[in-house]
Amino acid sequence: MDSRIILIIGGGVAGMEAARQLFLLGYQPVIVEKSDHLGGHVAGWHKLFPDMMSASSLIETMAGGLDGVTVYLKTTVATMNRLTSGFSVVLSNGTTLLCGAILMASGFRLFDASRKEEYGYGVYDHVITNSDLEHWFNTGEDDRIPENPSHIAFVHCVGSRDLKAGNPQCSKVCCMTAIKQAIEMKEKFPGSEVWCFYMDLRLFGKKYEDFYINAQRDHGVHFVRGRVSEVSEDIDGKVILKAEDTLAGHQVKLKADLLVLMAGMLCNEETPVLASMVRADVDSDGFMRSRDNIYRINESSRPGVFFAGACTGTKTVPETVAEARAAALDIHNYLVGNG
Amino acid sequence: MIYQGKQKIWSEYQKEIPADGWFYVRSCIRQSFFPASEKYFLAVCRDLLGKDIYESEHHTTCGGIAYHCDTIPQETAMTIVARQFALMKEAGYKNLVTSCITSFGNYTEILETWREFPELEARIRENLWKATRREFDKPEYVAHASDLVYKFRGEIAEKAVNRLVDVETGRPLRIVEHIGCHYSKMFPHKGIGGAEYPYVLSGMVESWGGEVIDYPERRHCCGFGFRQYLVKANRGYSVSNTHKKFESMEPYHPDAIITNCPGCPYFLDRWQYVISEQTGKTYGSGGYGIPVLTYEELAGLVLGYDPWDLGLQMHQVAVEPLLDKMGVKYDPDAKYLGLNKKDILKPGLPSVLKCC
Repeated sequence: MDSRIILIIGGGVAGMEAARQLFLLGYQPVIVEKSDHLGGHVAGWHKLFPDMMSASSLIETMAGGLDGVTVYLKTTVATMNRLTSGFSVVLSNGTTLLCGAILMASGFRLFDASRKEEYGYGVYDHVITNSDLEHWFNTGEDDRIPENPSHIAFVHCVGSRDLKAGNPQCSKVCCMTAIKQAIEMKEKFPGSEVWCFYMDLRLFGKKYEDFYINAQRDHGVHFVRGRVSEVSEDIDGKVILKAEDTLAGHQVKLKADLLVLMAGMLCNEETPVLASMVRADVDSDGFMRSRDNIYRINESSRPGVFFAGACTGTKTVPETVAEARAAALDIHNYLVGNG
Repeated sequence: MIYQGKQKIWSEYQKEIPADGWFYVRSCIRQSFFPASEKYFLAVCRDLLGKDIYESEHHTTCGGIAYHCDTIPQETAMTIVARQFALMKEAGYKNLVTSCITSFGNYTEILETWREFPELEARIRENLWKATRREFDKPEYVAHASDLVYKFRGEIAEKAVNRLVDVETGRPLRIVEHIGCHYSKMFPHKGIGGAEYPYVLSGMVESWGGEVIDYPERRHCCGFGFRQYLVKANRGYSVSNTHKKFESMEPYHPDAIITNCPGCPYFLDRWQYVISEQTGKTYGSGGYGIPVLTYEELAGLVLGYDPWDLGLQMHQVAVEPLLDKMGVKYDPDAKYLGLNKKDILKPGLPSVLKCC
């Protein structure tokens, strides 16, 4: 059996970076990606905080490092079976692989914002998600975004930190994404008033706090600590928000031209199915369970099965890249018997 | 507004409502407020549609108002409800249909509480046995009467004499719907259409030719709010809530309001008089108010029942502008003639709100 082949499930940032590192280490990584492009969610993003790096240029750079790596697009894993040494894998395109190790880099999916019915996504004309806004930044195409909005509102934590939605975990990136998008909207529409409704602001990373202060001081973005209780639409199609400002201690009613919902991150629906094929464990939050959450985050409870990126929990792009590199090294150590 | 988005949500909140075999429990207040609504619900279901709906003269209030006003503990309300279930069992029925939204919420909340805490159900069984020597079975299905009218809305439409259409212009009438707090806000999956975009009344309006208005304060309380009104010192809150709703719906020029709950039509109707006296403002055209009807009353008009038999003369806001738009035939001189043509006397006229 050729143990130099490594199956990488998922062609997002984690899968691409792990493939590059494994290739440099002398292995034959095979990326299996269900969509028709590499880059995952980041490929649909416009700019990345805190440096406002172009997401497309990052993906382009990363894809440039994949020369020699086998990539199957629009392909899924049909079966995976453990052998005495390594794994036998059958793909949806009929390809059979004998692999030395498997890296799950299957990422996340966005919470379906229409499930928070009170916010009116899919019902009111001018309610969009963070992902929709990034798409509009890239393409300029979205009829829901008015030509010259004077009032724009962002609601944080849509479907994350929400027991009612069944997702208690923090999505980690939404606070910063909302601040980034608020600044971008202020830059596009300097005369507009932009409001962010938040529970807490979780700005843990390098330069994140600076970004937040910048949004307030230099761009005049308003931050209201309080959850939006309901959204409706008036006769002119404007969005009406009701919230409580828990710092000022009063109710807020705001008429906006555009409402952006910061949809949270959930585990991909197919991840538990894939996990069951190799008897890896799923955690209580629906994401994959690492051997521990401190020292062996890249390792599953089963030998030869590794994780990278958001399949184990919500992650930023730099965290994902770092995990992908670490996972490549873990796989190498496992295959050479150092694990 | 994206109608298909609402349809997607409605599809997730549908109920399999049994077609027949119901034990009916009345409201404790609706017969005073809207005296013919329950009578015509039974008339439509039994006489027109041939359904088996039974009621017992021994049933009482469900205790819901007292419970929501904190004047009785929940265990007392549970024991009252357990007695209703015992009456249903004795009559040989398994499906319970309530006239009142608060009753519907009360029964649903109690059954859900018993499901979570079976030991509490056991204690209530003991309470009921000690108090009345009765035993009960939990109903297989609990519905609100509007659920049944919703279920039969197509049959009602087939038999319609009048439609929710302006007979002069052919324009669908613009109808505001108000489902009340206790229909689905506590348990969204118990209500047709859920809590945020309820469909139970909208479905009736659409089937009968009208157009539903969705306005910013659609979800807001009618103004009853139990202690907002029942505690006299709080009544300013009550009328200010109603005022907020009317200000919000005004730009849409509604032709009528259809309601689900005992309290909502009362307050949306009566407070229009108070608002007009306080502010000089009316919300209908030509100095009239916006007629507020129960779903049974609206179904009755669609089916061609006489508006005065339906008790519409008991409303504060004159219903004649709506009757004229729908082309309902009525005798203006018979408005205040009661049973056997007895003169029930004309009420005094408000100083601002125009009445016929």
